[in-house]
Amino acid sequence: MASRIGTLRPPVGAALTAALLGAMTLGTVAVVVAYAGAAMPGVADWAAVRFTVAQAALSAVISGLLAVPVARALARRRFAGRGALITLMGAPFLLPVIVAVLGLLAIFGRAGVMNDGLAALGLPRLSIYGLHGVVMAHVFLNLPLATRMLLLGWQAIPAERFRLAQSLDLTPGAQFRHLEWPMLRATLPGAMLTVFTICLASFAVALTLGGGPGATTVELAIYQALRFDFAPERAATLAVLQFVLCLTALGLGWSLIRDTGFGTGLGRRVEMPAPGGWRKGMDVAAIVLAAGFLMLPLGALVIRGLGGMGDLPGGMWAATLRSVLVALATTVLVTGAALVLALAAGRRAAGHRLFDAAATLPLAASSLVIGTGLFLALRGVASPSTLALPVTIAVNATLALPYAYRLLLPEARALHQGHDRLAQSLGLTRGARFRLVTLPCLARPLGFGAGITAALSMGDLGVITLFAAENNATLPLFIHGLMGSYRMEAAAATALILMGISFALFALFDWIGRHAAA
Amino acid sequence: MLQLDRLVLEEPGFCLEADLNLPKGARCAVLGPSGAGKSTLLNAIAGFVAPQAGRILWEGADITRLPPGQRPVTILFQDQNLFPHLTVERNLALGLSPDGRLDAEARGRIAEALERTGLAGLGGRKPGQLSGGQQGRAALARALLRARPLLLLDEPFAALGPALKAEMLALVRAVADETGATLLMVTHDPQDARRLDGLTMLVAEGRAHPPMATEALFADPPPALSAYLGTG
Repeated sequence: MASRIGTLRPPVGAALTAALLGAMTLGTVAVVVAYAGAAMPGVADWAAVRFTVAQAALSAVISGLLAVPVARALARRRFAGRGALITLMGAPFLLPVIVAVLGLLAIFGRAGVMNDGLAALGLPRLSIYGLHGVVMAHVFLNLPLATRMLLLGWQAIPAERFRLAQSLDLTPGAQFRHLEWPMLRATLPGAMLTVFTICLASFAVALTLGGGPGATTVELAIYQALRFDFAPERAATLAVLQFVLCLTALGLGWSLIRDTGFGTGLGRRVEMPAPGGWRKGMDVAAIVLAAGFLMLPLGALVIRGLGGMGDLPGGMWAATLRSVLVALATTVLVTGAALVLALAAGRRAAGHRLFDAAATLPLAASSLVIGTGLFLALRGVASPSTLALPVTIAVNATLALPYAYRLLLPEARALHQGHDRLAQSLGLTRGARFRLVTLPCLARPLGFGAGITAALSMGDLGVITLFAAENNATLPLFIHGLMGSYRMEAAAATALILMGISFALFALFDWIGRHAAA
Repeated sequence: MLQLDRLVLEEPGFCLEADLNLPKGARCAVLGPSGAGKSTLLNAIAGFVAPQAGRILWEGADITRLPPGQRPVTILFQDQNLFPHLTVERNLALGLSPDGRLDAEARGRIAEALERTGLAGLGGRKPGQLSGGQQGRAALARALLRARPLLLLDEPFAALGPALKAEMLALVRAVADETGATLLMVTHDPQDARRLDGLTMLVAEGRAHPPMATEALFADPPPALSAYLGTG
């Protein structure tokens, strides 16, 4: 078979990047496995496993089922603010988890709006802590994601089918059976599995709303074993359990859970009939309830936070600076690594399947598993607190890479197919090719991916908890400290600043990308 | 002289052999049924398809293993001949130097080439703002600037109407004459071959036949050509 001469250049940079990713994911797991033999899982550990799976399953099923009416209503109705609402549905992915938790506390917490209302009616106050609180926070964070994924499914139904259904005068029920149900059967499991996988590795929600024997996730148990019990072997055992859980979920849905519906044109209204009557009422209710559930907590947080703005806690700006630096460093690493991998995979260089696997592997990794591995491996090298920020940067970069890579890959493929021949025939130098062809054509997904990475890293509350001391906390950890000392107003004010910076970083990088795009 | 020395090109379900010479400065049409391998042959000469066996020589030097950009070749593809996100001037600058430098001297030469190809004043436009004919002209202007000794055309004007195509062929001839380039042009239209007024190479039934004078060939077509022309 005649081969393409141009594909023979060995992808050295991509191979190195993939090796680093392998070390961060499989390497840390190997360290953890080596330590894990010393302690077999105990009763409490198995309880943590059961709770982790149960809360993730509940979160996934509830998010998925609630997303069906919301996505359906968004698909077939047109109303003022529809586009804005769909855009807003992308925001919780970038929202720092601790901010979301503080928002939910502002409504459902002990001193929240709901409990004040209950107390005014002479009813007992309800507690948000425990399984239901963890699940509620996960639904809050993931309902929008599931909705967007299902909305993509509705949009993928060809308009001709709906026209055919109308010309055959199918009832809405028959239309659901013949057109929408087959689509849901294909997309809903993927959406639920995606949420399930995310919730399996969720740490910050369990840290803030869970805890105790009845509501401890494996991730939280790892943190407690390392930070409070000083039991590294037990942490290692738990980390192995967590890795097996994540790997199983990823294995179940390798092909299903990778497309999260970012950046695709969700604004288009589906050309499907919009029946009136009670069906219209249901659609309106679905949209209003979903929008309320998503916006009220943040609204309440804003009100509470603005009250605390006059009295910002000491040390906050130092923590802010650390977080911004961590976010920027992570963004530089991820953008470079994702570009190198996507370009190599895009031109189908030797080993491109391995690169693709290396860029997907972090989806099975979790912050605390990698963190435990690094903690154990670096224990003798330096004190945890001096390593806190570099380790956080490395872990954040590893975990954000799959998203940036998936955004770039289709564009890198198109770039190769569209322009490689011409660039080669002109014999462009590597510098000129990068400057004049690669960068302008990939600027948009690069900027978008950089924005997502910066926001995720800015808001991350994961591995930092294993390493940081008082004096080098990032902003999310600083907020967690405020919550721990019941300074809820100061925490809310700081959370507003964290949210503002996260979204500002996203907007900045996205704007740079759009601006530099060809 | 371009020599294809017992060249064998293979792709799944397809095999083409070529053993022939093309004199320097010749204008040669490459004619044959679709799927016969005309484009593959040009892509092999340009360096995009590695031959299974045999050699490609230009003026006695073996160029079979050279990367595309280092060959004495300019090739125009069926499409994607210009970077859509760069201005025409930027696109042409890439023909002058592979690092895309655009200094005063380069600007002057580009303006000349644009003038020469009837695109004066359009250097600031993006390819999407040009008509199909103008895009072809811009690609030819770059070929003029590159001035490589071999000019390969893989049906870049197939989508143009007859009058426009005749105009472009005249421009191709002018560019080839001006740079002294040896021309190889894929076409499935015998009229194009006649208009080129030179040699014709028939590619059919797994073989690239040695080029012959076009008029003589059409006057007494071999069976494969008769079959293609529908005159047999």
